[in-house]
Amino acid sequence: MIEHATNYKLVIRSKYGFLDINWRELKEYRELLFFLALREIKIRYKQTIMGASWALLQPFFTMIVFTLIFSRLAQMPSDGIPYPIFSYSGLLLWTYFSNALSQSSNSLVDNAPLLSKVYMPRIFIPTAPCISGLVDYVVAMSILVLMMVYYRFVPGISILLLPVIILLAFLLASGVGYWLSSICVKYRDVKFILPFFIQLLLFVSPVIYPVNIVGVNLRWLLYLNPMTGLISAHRSCLLGQIPMDFVGLLISAVTTLIIFLSGALYLKHTEKYFADLI
Amino acid sequence: MEEPIIEVKHLSKQYNIGMDTAYKTLSESFTFAVRHPMKALMDFRRRNETFWALKDVSFEVKRGEVIGIIGRNGAGKSTLLKILSRITYPTEGEIILNGRVGSLLEVGTGFHPELSGRENIYFNGSILGMKKREIDEKFDEIVKFSGVEKFLDTPVKRYSSGMQVRLAFSVAANLEPEILVVDEVLAVGDSVFQKKCLGKMKAASESGRTVLFVSHNMNAVENLCTRAMLLNNGNIICNSYDTREIISKYLNIHDQSNKSSSWINNGKEFLNPWFTLEKIYFTDEFGNIVDDGHFNNKYNYYYNVHGNIRELDPALQVGYALYDEDNNLLFWTNFNDDKEENWPKLSKGKFCFSGLIPKRCLNEGLYRIEPMVSMYFSEWIIQPGVNAPMLYFEITGGLSESPYWLTRRPGILAPLLKWNVKKV
Repeated sequence: MIEHATNYKLVIRSKYGFLDINWRELKEYRELLFFLALREIKIRYKQTIMGASWALLQPFFTMIVFTLIFSRLAQMPSDGIPYPIFSYSGLLLWTYFSNALSQSSNSLVDNAPLLSKVYMPRIFIPTAPCISGLVDYVVAMSILVLMMVYYRFVPGISILLLPVIILLAFLLASGVGYWLSSICVKYRDVKFILPFFIQLLLFVSPVIYPVNIVGVNLRWLLYLNPMTGLISAHRSCLLGQIPMDFVGLLISAVTTLIIFLSGALYLKHTEKYFADLI
Repeated sequence: MEEPIIEVKHLSKQYNIGMDTAYKTLSESFTFAVRHPMKALMDFRRRNETFWALKDVSFEVKRGEVIGIIGRNGAGKSTLLKILSRITYPTEGEIILNGRVGSLLEVGTGFHPELSGRENIYFNGSILGMKKREIDEKFDEIVKFSGVEKFLDTPVKRYSSGMQVRLAFSVAANLEPEILVVDEVLAVGDSVFQKKCLGKMKAASESGRTVLFVSHNMNAVENLCTRAMLLNNGNIICNSYDTREIISKYLNIHDQSNKSSSWINNGKEFLNPWFTLEKIYFTDEFGNIVDDGHFNNKYNYYYNVHGNIRELDPALQVGYALYDEDNNLLFWTNFNDDKEENWPKLSKGKFCFSGLIPKRCLNEGLYRIEPMVSMYFSEWIIQPGVNAPMLYFEITGGLSESPYWLTRRPGILAPLLKWNVKKV
């Protein structure tokens, strides 16, 4: 028998308040978020020979190419630390962000059957790839650790900030993902814009070059990109030798929160139409 | 008075049916808005033709009721279920739910071909709103119900489609929400499995759950539901506890269109190099044409398929498929079902294939019969249930000579069988 005592009440209507978020439901379904992320992880490297080592190889080879081109040929400065470890520490976070973002943005369209056949908090679908990407991040971190041993880098006390930075990167990828995935339901153009957008974003992020390569009066332009502060701070707190750019981190944190919250609200606002449009 | 578990108030749902609803390119709507800002604003609301899938629907459901929602395709049944399960939202009106809804609009949603059966059970279960703990508890039951024990760790893509469906349904069948919304999932699987599914639904309703059930299977509606609701063009036509009456109302709407008892090819249909179907009609035992479709069970009737054999091919098969009122297929039969020596000699030219509809085999009721023409195992020319012309006949009276058997008996068939009774 079912207990009839559950005071579960739900009203379905055409319009909801702007901030009408059903927290209880999000809590109730939280295991689904875990399963969605787990599914992503399990299927990502199915039927590949290299398996999860792809998570290593992708940033590793990019690092080698960057080192050859930007350090050897272009003589790119790198805050006085060896270029390979400089670029890898940036690439590590960047790879997480760009993979999470692109999967997140396509997630709603890719999971069309879930949208049109079953109810669940829609916001979980673009969130899940940003969680599963963290596994790749941790795997790829192992190379950085080896490099740190090789180049004799010891992280300072600021390593304690690492979880905050990862959390911010997660919120940022999810936030942009919420925006783009909801827009993509209606306008498939997003699919075409996205790879190009991510590529451009790489060049305005301090992955290849340090922030101080840009003159002080133009630096604000760089800070428009919320990844700037995160990548610099990520590098500082891991490698310990570069001073932490707290202003940059703060700017990124504020922008990230704005993007995340607005994205979540936008998705909440548009999700009513998903099943009809997809 | 107990408050209803579901209250639907003036529910309406509008869909756009214009060409460009599904896909709009960003640049198109952008340039349009820039060039004609006023027009874009005004057009925004009435650009496309719209259509009301549901219009001002109101009803209440009490706890523990099992409601069958019936209606033709496009009547709004699925839209109603989709709104109830919050997949899509109403345009107007509201629904108040006083219990958790679990919906089964399609089985196997979220099944991933690369994942194993075990992994999919967990994933699918959580999509349907189950907690991991609940799935753990029911895991063995789910596996047992589906009958795929041996393949639990095999990726689902290696499963046969039947196995996939069984596994998916087994997960869903173990949902225990207060309100269960089911759409036509019983149309899958073999008949043994369908029976299991119906049993599961019956158990759900007996344990006090409220069930909303959309189906075209009238038998299932009649057996399971305590109440039925007939939808047509987005409106509730009738809604009552007399399910039998509502079903017959539905069948009447359904069949008004064409209940013909003969068919003539206008010369353009079923064009193929082998066999041209010309006409179909019923005759009685004496060869008289029966054009009103009324049969008496006392007599044999024949289903005559007239056609022209244009190219002789030993693979040609002609037969008929018989359905009852609820669209259950009763049987297929072909002219060459007997051993080969007994087959008729065919040649080029016109032939009439007369198939017997035996007396005192079928019950009283309305039947549908469709021709079957195919090239054995290679090609359908006329496929029943797909492109075949439908003829109807109704059997009334003549069930038996016995004074104890005068009215319609329960069951699809009512054969008069021989009994041996002797003293022992």
